[in-house]
Amino acid sequence: MEASMAVHMLVQIPLLVAAGWLLAHGLPPQWQQRLRNLAGGPVAPVMVAILASLYWMMPRALDAAMTDMRAEILKFTTLPLLVGLPLALSWAHLSPVARGFVWTNFVSMLAVLGWLYMSAPMRVCNVYLENAQQHAGRWMIIIAVGGFAGWLFGWLAGAFHADDPD
Amino acid sequence: MNLRSLSATLVVMLAAAAVFYWGTDGFRAFTAETARRVEVVDKPRAMPHVQLLDQMGRMFTLQDLAGDPVIVEFIFTRCQTVCLSLGALFYQLQNSLPDHGPASRLQLVTISFDLDNDDRAALHEWAGRFDADPQRWRVARPVDEQGLQALLEAFGVIVIPDAVHGFEHNVAVHLLDSHGRLAHIDDIQPPERLISLVDRLQ
Repeated sequence: MEASMAVHMLVQIPLLVAAGWLLAHGLPPQWQQRLRNLAGGPVAPVMVAILASLYWMMPRALDAAMTDMRAEILKFTTLPLLVGLPLALSWAHLSPVARGFVWTNFVSMLAVLGWLYMSAPMRVCNVYLENAQQHAGRWMIIIAVGGFAGWLFGWLAGAFHADDPD
Repeated sequence: MNLRSLSATLVVMLAAAAVFYWGTDGFRAFTAETARRVEVVDKPRAMPHVQLLDQMGRMFTLQDLAGDPVIVEFIFTRCQTVCLSLGALFYQLQNSLPDHGPASRLQLVTISFDLDNDDRAALHEWAGRFDADPQRWRVARPVDEQGLQALLEAFGVIVIPDAVHGFEHNVAVHLLDSHGRLAHIDDIQPPERLISLVDRLQ
Protein backbone atom coordinates (compact mmCIF):
# COMPACT_ATOMS: atom_id res chain seq x y z
CA MET A 1 0.00 0.00 0.00
CA GLU A 2 2.85 2.34 0.81
CA ALA A 3 4.48 1.85 -2.59
CA SER A 4 2.30 4.66 -3.92
CA MET A 5 2.38 7.99 -2.16
CA ALA A 6 -1.28 8.68 -2.97
CA VAL A 7 -2.42 5.30 -1.64
CA HIS A 8 -0.22 5.65 1.43
CA MET A 9 -1.64 9.07 2.31
CA LEU A 10 -5.17 8.80 1.06
CA VAL A 11 -6.09 5.15 1.58
CA GLN A 12 -3.85 3.56 4.21
CA ILE A 13 -3.83 6.49 6.63
CA PRO A 14 -7.62 7.06 6.47
CA LEU A 15 -8.14 3.30 6.98
CA LEU A 16 -6.00 3.42 10.13
CA VAL A 17 -8.06 6.37 11.39
CA ALA A 18 -11.27 4.50 10.56
CA ALA A 19 -9.99 1.51 12.54
CA GLY A 20 -9.66 3.74 15.61
CA TRP A 21 -13.12 5.17 15.00
CA LEU A 22 -14.63 1.67 14.88
CA LEU A 23 -12.65 0.67 17.95
CA ALA A 24 -14.14 3.59 19.89
CA HIS A 25 -17.66 2.63 18.91
CA GLY A 26 -16.91 -0.95 19.88
CA LEU A 27 -16.11 0.10 23.45
CA PRO A 28 -18.85 -0.33 26.07
CA PRO A 29 -20.82 2.95 26.35
CA GLN A 30 -19.79 3.48 29.97
CA TRP A 31 -16.11 3.27 28.96
CA GLN A 32 -16.69 5.84 26.25
CA GLN A 33 -18.36 8.08 28.80
CA ARG A 34 -15.53 7.58 31.27
CA LEU A 35 -12.94 8.60 28.66
CA ARG A 36 -14.99 11.69 27.79
CA ASN A 37 -15.31 12.60 31.48
CA LEU A 38 -11.59 12.19 31.89
CA ALA A 39 -11.00 14.76 29.16
CA GLY A 40 -13.66 17.07 30.60
CA GLY A 41 -15.57 17.19 27.31
CA PRO A 42 -15.08 16.87 23.57
CA VAL A 43 -12.61 19.71 23.01
CA ALA A 44 -9.39 18.08 24.27
CA PRO A 45 -9.94 14.81 22.33
CA VAL A 46 -10.61 16.75 19.13
CA MET A 47 -7.39 18.72 19.68
CA VAL A 48 -5.50 15.44 20.11
CA ALA A 49 -6.94 14.17 16.81
CA ILE A 50 -6.15 17.37 14.90
CA LEU A 51 -2.58 17.64 16.19
CA ALA A 52 -1.76 13.96 15.71
CA SER A 53 -3.09 14.01 12.15
CA LEU A 54 -1.12 17.19 11.50
CA TYR A 55 2.05 15.37 12.53
CA TRP A 56 1.48 12.61 9.97
CA MET A 57 0.95 15.21 7.25
CA MET A 58 4.59 16.24 7.46
CA PRO A 59 6.56 14.86 4.52
CA ARG A 60 9.28 13.95 6.98
CA ALA A 61 6.94 11.73 9.00
CA LEU A 62 5.87 9.94 5.83
CA ASP A 63 9.50 9.34 4.85
CA ALA A 64 10.35 8.13 8.34
CA ALA A 65 7.50 5.61 8.27
CA MET A 66 9.03 4.15 5.11
CA THR A 67 12.63 4.01 6.28
CA ASP A 68 12.42 3.50 10.04
CA MET A 69 10.53 0.58 11.60
CA ARG A 70 9.96 2.52 14.84
CA ALA A 71 8.23 5.34 12.99
CA GLU A 72 6.13 2.79 11.12
CA ILE A 73 5.00 1.22 14.40
CA LEU A 74 4.20 4.67 15.78
CA LYS A 75 2.13 5.42 12.69
CA PHE A 76 0.15 2.21 13.01
CA THR A 77 -0.62 2.90 16.69
CA THR A 78 -1.09 6.67 16.86
CA LEU A 79 -3.38 7.03 13.83
CA PRO A 80 -6.07 4.73 15.28
CA LEU A 81 -5.55 5.61 18.94
CA LEU A 82 -4.84 9.34 18.75
CA VAL A 83 -6.88 10.33 15.70
CA GLY A 84 -9.75 7.88 15.02
CA LEU A 85 -10.59 7.03 18.62
CA PRO A 86 -10.73 10.51 20.17
CA LEU A 87 -12.58 11.85 17.13
CA ALA A 88 -15.24 9.14 17.44
CA LEU A 89 -15.61 9.75 21.19
CA SER A 90 -16.18 13.45 20.82
CA TRP A 91 -17.70 14.04 17.37
CA ALA A 92 -21.36 13.56 18.36
CA HIS A 93 -20.82 15.76 21.41
CA LEU A 94 -19.51 18.76 19.48
CA SER A 95 -21.85 21.58 18.59
CA PRO A 96 -22.76 21.81 14.87
CA VAL A 97 -20.68 24.97 14.60
CA ALA A 98 -17.63 23.25 16.10
CA ARG A 99 -18.11 20.30 13.76
CA GLY A 100 -18.31 22.65 10.77
CA PHE A 101 -15.18 24.43 11.98
CA VAL A 102 -13.18 21.21 12.33
CA TRP A 103 -14.38 19.83 9.01
CA THR A 104 -13.84 22.95 6.89
CA ASN A 105 -10.44 23.44 8.49
CA PHE A 106 -9.46 19.89 7.62
CA VAL A 107 -10.71 20.22 4.05
CA SER A 108 -8.92 23.51 3.43
CA MET A 109 -5.69 22.15 4.92
CA LEU A 110 -5.93 19.16 2.59
CA ALA A 111 -6.46 21.45 -0.40
CA VAL A 112 -3.52 23.70 0.48
CA LEU A 113 -1.22 20.70 1.03
CA GLY A 114 -2.41 19.16 -2.23
CA TRP A 115 -1.66 22.35 -4.09
CA LEU A 116 1.79 22.50 -2.45
CA TYR A 117 2.52 18.91 -3.46
CA MET A 118 1.42 19.60 -7.02
CA SER A 119 3.42 22.76 -7.51
CA ALA A 120 6.51 22.26 -5.32
CA PRO A 121 9.59 22.52 -7.55
CA MET A 122 11.29 19.76 -5.53
CA ARG A 123 10.56 16.39 -4.04
CA VAL A 124 9.30 16.73 -0.47
CA CYS A 125 9.66 13.01 0.21
CA ASN A 126 12.95 11.28 -0.48
CA VAL A 127 11.27 7.89 -0.83
CA TYR A 128 8.81 8.92 -3.54
CA LEU A 129 9.22 10.01 -7.16
CA GLU A 130 8.35 13.57 -8.06
CA ASN A 131 5.39 12.59 -10.24
CA ALA A 132 4.03 10.45 -7.39
CA GLN A 133 3.99 13.62 -5.32
CA GLN A 134 2.06 15.51 -8.00
CA HIS A 135 -0.33 12.59 -8.35
CA ALA A 136 -0.97 12.57 -4.58
CA GLY A 137 -1.45 16.35 -4.62
CA ARG A 138 -4.07 16.08 -7.36
CA TRP A 139 -6.01 13.48 -5.39
CA MET A 140 -5.82 15.59 -2.23
CA ILE A 141 -7.46 18.48 -4.06
CA ILE A 142 -10.13 16.23 -5.55
CA ILE A 143 -10.93 14.80 -2.12
CA ALA A 144 -10.93 18.26 -0.52
CA VAL A 145 -13.38 19.59 -3.10
CA GLY A 146 -15.55 16.49 -2.69
CA GLY A 147 -15.35 16.77 1.11
CA PHE A 148 -16.41 20.39 1.04
CA ALA A 149 -19.24 19.76 -1.44
CA GLY A 150 -20.48 16.86 0.68
CA TRP A 151 -20.45 18.97 3.83
CA LEU A 152 -22.20 21.88 2.09
CA PHE A 153 -24.81 19.56 0.65
CA GLY A 154 -25.44 17.94 4.02
CA TRP A 155 -25.75 21.33 5.67
CA LEU A 156 -28.10 22.69 2.99
CA ALA A 157 -30.19 19.54 3.10
CA GLY A 158 -30.37 19.85 6.89
CA ALA A 159 -31.35 23.52 6.69
CA PHE A 160 -33.97 22.74 4.04
CA HIS A 161 -35.33 19.94 6.13
CA ALA A 162 -35.54 22.15 9.22
CA ASP A 163 -37.64 24.68 7.26
CA ASP A 164 -39.93 21.94 6.12
CA PRO A 165 -43.07 22.09 8.29
CA ASP A 166 -43.35 18.35 7.84
CA MET B 1 -15.88 25.08 28.73
CA ASN B 2 -15.28 23.67 32.19
CA LEU B 3 -11.99 23.85 34.03
CA ARG B 4 -11.22 20.20 33.44
CA SER B 5 -11.71 20.51 29.70
CA LEU B 6 -9.63 23.67 29.60
CA SER B 7 -6.72 22.13 31.48
CA ALA B 8 -6.90 18.91 29.43
CA THR B 9 -6.76 20.98 26.23
CA LEU B 10 -3.80 22.95 27.53
CA VAL B 11 -1.95 19.75 28.42
CA VAL B 12 -2.66 18.40 24.92
CA MET B 13 -1.34 21.56 23.26
CA LEU B 14 1.82 21.60 25.37
CA ALA B 15 2.48 17.91 24.74
CA ALA B 16 1.92 18.45 21.00
CA ALA B 17 4.29 21.42 20.95
CA ALA B 18 6.94 19.22 22.60
CA VAL B 19 6.37 16.39 20.14
CA PHE B 20 6.55 18.73 17.14
CA TYR B 21 9.69 20.35 18.54
CA TRP B 22 11.31 16.95 18.91
CA GLY B 23 10.03 15.63 15.57
CA THR B 24 11.27 18.61 13.55
CA ASP B 25 14.68 19.19 15.21
CA GLY B 26 13.40 22.33 16.90
CA PHE B 27 10.99 23.41 14.12
CA ARG B 28 13.88 23.39 11.63
CA ALA B 29 13.25 20.29 9.52
CA PHE B 30 9.86 19.33 8.10
CA THR B 31 11.22 17.12 5.34
CA ALA B 32 13.63 14.20 5.57
CA GLU B 33 16.05 16.03 3.28
CA THR B 34 16.29 19.05 5.59
CA ALA B 35 16.49 16.69 8.56
CA ARG B 36 19.59 14.92 7.28
CA ARG B 37 21.22 18.30 6.57
CA VAL B 38 20.45 19.65 10.04
CA GLU B 39 21.69 16.43 11.68
CA VAL B 40 25.16 16.44 10.16
CA VAL B 41 25.71 20.11 10.94
CA ASP B 42 24.71 19.50 14.56
CA LYS B 43 26.78 16.32 14.77
CA PRO B 44 29.34 15.59 12.01
CA ARG B 45 29.19 11.93 11.15
CA ALA B 46 32.02 9.43 10.62
CA MET B 47 31.89 7.53 7.34
CA PRO B 48 32.14 3.73 6.95
CA HIS B 49 35.26 2.15 5.43
CA VAL B 50 34.06 1.22 1.97
CA GLN B 51 36.31 0.08 -0.88
CA LEU B 52 35.83 2.27 -3.95
CA LEU B 53 37.10 1.76 -7.49
CA ASP B 54 37.76 4.90 -9.56
CA GLN B 55 37.98 5.77 -13.25
CA MET B 56 41.74 5.01 -13.30
CA GLY B 57 41.24 1.59 -11.72
CA ARG B 58 42.57 2.74 -8.35
CA MET B 59 41.11 1.28 -5.15
CA PHE B 60 40.61 3.70 -2.27
CA THR B 61 38.39 4.54 0.69
CA LEU B 62 37.12 7.94 1.80
CA GLN B 63 39.42 7.57 4.82
CA ASP B 64 42.44 7.59 2.48
CA LEU B 65 41.50 11.18 1.63
CA ALA B 66 41.22 12.33 5.26
CA GLY B 67 43.45 15.28 6.01
CA ASP B 68 42.14 17.08 2.94
CA PRO B 69 38.66 18.50 2.56
CA VAL B 70 36.43 16.37 0.34
CA ILE B 71 33.17 16.98 -1.50
CA VAL B 72 31.13 13.90 -2.42
CA GLU B 73 28.22 13.63 -4.86
CA PHE B 74 26.12 10.63 -5.95
CA ILE B 75 25.20 9.89 -9.57
CA PHE B 76 24.63 7.16 -12.17
CA THR B 77 26.34 7.59 -15.51
CA ARG B 78 23.25 6.99 -17.69
CA CYS B 79 21.49 9.90 -15.97
CA GLN B 80 20.45 12.63 -18.41
CA THR B 81 19.29 15.25 -15.93
CA VAL B 82 20.49 16.34 -12.50
CA CYS B 83 23.65 14.18 -12.53
CA LEU B 84 24.84 16.26 -15.47
CA SER B 85 24.42 19.39 -13.35
CA LEU B 86 26.36 17.70 -10.56
CA GLY B 87 29.12 16.80 -13.03
CA ALA B 88 29.18 20.33 -14.41
CA LEU B 89 29.45 21.70 -10.87
CA PHE B 90 32.54 19.56 -10.11
CA TYR B 91 34.03 20.60 -13.45
CA GLN B 92 33.62 24.25 -12.46
CA LEU B 93 34.96 23.52 -8.98
CA GLN B 94 38.14 21.79 -10.15
CA ASN B 95 38.85 24.75 -12.42
CA SER B 96 38.21 27.48 -9.89
CA LEU B 97 40.09 26.30 -6.80
CA PRO B 98 42.35 28.83 -5.08
CA ASP B 99 46.14 28.38 -4.87
CA HIS B 100 46.23 28.69 -1.09
CA GLY B 101 44.15 27.73 1.91
CA PRO B 102 42.25 24.52 2.71
CA ALA B 103 40.19 24.65 -0.50
CA SER B 104 43.40 24.41 -2.57
CA ARG B 105 43.68 20.81 -1.34
CA LEU B 106 40.02 19.98 -2.05
CA GLN B 107 39.36 16.44 -3.33
CA LEU B 108 36.25 15.71 -5.40
CA VAL B 109 34.59 12.30 -5.29
CA THR B 110 31.69 11.33 -7.54
CA ILE B 111 30.15 8.01 -6.50
CA SER B 112 27.91 5.94 -8.76
CA PHE B 113 25.18 3.85 -7.13
CA ASP B 114 24.34 1.99 -10.36
CA LEU B 115 26.53 -1.09 -9.80
CA ASP B 116 24.87 -3.04 -12.63
CA ASN B 117 25.83 -0.60 -15.35
CA ASP B 118 28.71 1.51 -14.12
CA ASP B 119 31.92 -0.48 -14.50
CA ARG B 120 35.35 1.15 -14.70
CA ALA B 121 34.93 1.87 -18.42
CA ALA B 122 31.62 3.68 -17.83
CA LEU B 123 33.17 5.72 -15.01
CA HIS B 124 36.16 6.56 -17.21
CA GLU B 125 33.89 7.67 -20.05
CA TRP B 126 31.80 9.84 -17.70
CA ALA B 127 34.92 11.39 -16.15
CA GLY B 128 36.15 12.16 -19.67
CA ARG B 129 32.95 13.98 -20.50
CA PHE B 130 33.77 16.49 -17.76
CA ASP B 131 37.52 16.50 -18.32
CA ALA B 132 38.01 15.27 -14.74
CA ASP B 133 41.59 15.65 -13.46
CA PRO B 134 42.28 12.23 -11.86
CA GLN B 135 44.56 13.84 -9.23
CA ARG B 136 41.72 16.04 -8.08
CA TRP B 137 38.49 14.30 -9.02
CA ARG B 138 37.75 10.62 -8.61
CA VAL B 139 34.72 9.14 -10.35
CA ALA B 140 34.14 5.93 -8.47
CA ARG B 141 31.83 3.14 -7.42
CA PRO B 142 31.73 0.86 -4.38
CA VAL B 143 33.11 -2.57 -5.29
CA ASP B 144 30.10 -4.42 -3.94
CA GLU B 145 26.45 -4.01 -3.02
CA GLN B 146 27.18 -4.27 0.70
CA GLY B 147 29.59 -1.34 0.51
CA LEU B 148 27.08 0.67 -1.50
CA GLN B 149 24.32 0.15 1.06
CA ALA B 150 26.65 1.10 3.94
CA LEU B 151 27.62 4.27 2.11
CA LEU B 152 24.06 5.31 1.15
CA GLU B 153 22.94 4.68 4.71
CA ALA B 154 25.74 6.76 6.20
CA PHE B 155 25.15 9.66 3.81
CA GLY B 156 21.36 9.38 4.14
CA VAL B 157 21.00 9.10 0.38
CA ILE B 158 17.88 7.34 -0.91
CA VAL B 159 17.88 5.96 -4.45
CA ILE B 160 14.62 4.82 -6.04
CA PRO B 161 14.17 3.34 -9.53
CA ASP B 162 11.94 5.44 -11.82
CA ALA B 163 9.67 4.42 -14.69
CA VAL B 164 12.30 4.81 -17.42
CA HIS B 165 14.98 2.46 -16.03
CA GLY B 166 16.82 5.28 -14.28
CA PHE B 167 16.77 6.48 -10.71
CA GLU B 168 15.60 9.43 -8.66
CA HIS B 169 17.87 10.38 -5.80
CA ASN B 170 18.74 13.22 -3.45
CA VAL B 171 20.44 15.99 -5.38
CA ALA B 172 23.07 17.37 -3.05
CA VAL B 173 26.75 17.89 -2.42
CA HIS B 174 28.25 16.40 0.74
CA LEU B 175 31.18 18.14 2.43
CA LEU B 176 33.59 16.10 4.55
CA ASP B 177 35.83 17.89 7.02
CA SER B 178 39.55 17.11 7.31
CA HIS B 179 38.74 14.27 9.75
CA GLY B 180 36.71 12.61 7.01
CA ARG B 181 33.42 13.31 8.78
CA LEU B 182 30.28 14.35 6.90
CA ALA B 183 29.82 17.89 8.20
CA HIS B 184 27.65 19.75 5.70
CA ILE B 185 25.10 18.91 2.99
CA ASP B 186 23.98 21.50 0.48
CA ASP B 187 22.21 22.06 -2.83
CA ILE B 188 24.08 22.73 -6.04
CA GLN B 189 25.68 26.09 -5.28
CA PRO B 190 27.96 28.43 -7.19
CA PRO B 191 31.60 27.18 -6.90
CA GLU B 192 32.72 30.28 -4.95
CA ARG B 193 30.15 29.61 -2.29
CA LEU B 194 31.18 25.97 -1.91
CA ILE B 195 34.84 26.98 -1.74
CA SER B 196 34.15 29.42 1.09
CA LEU B 197 32.13 26.72 2.87
CA VAL B 198 35.08 24.33 2.57
CA ASP B 199 37.43 26.94 4.02
CA ARG B 200 35.07 27.57 6.90
CA LEU B 201 34.64 23.87 7.74
CA GLN B 202 38.35 23.14 8.25
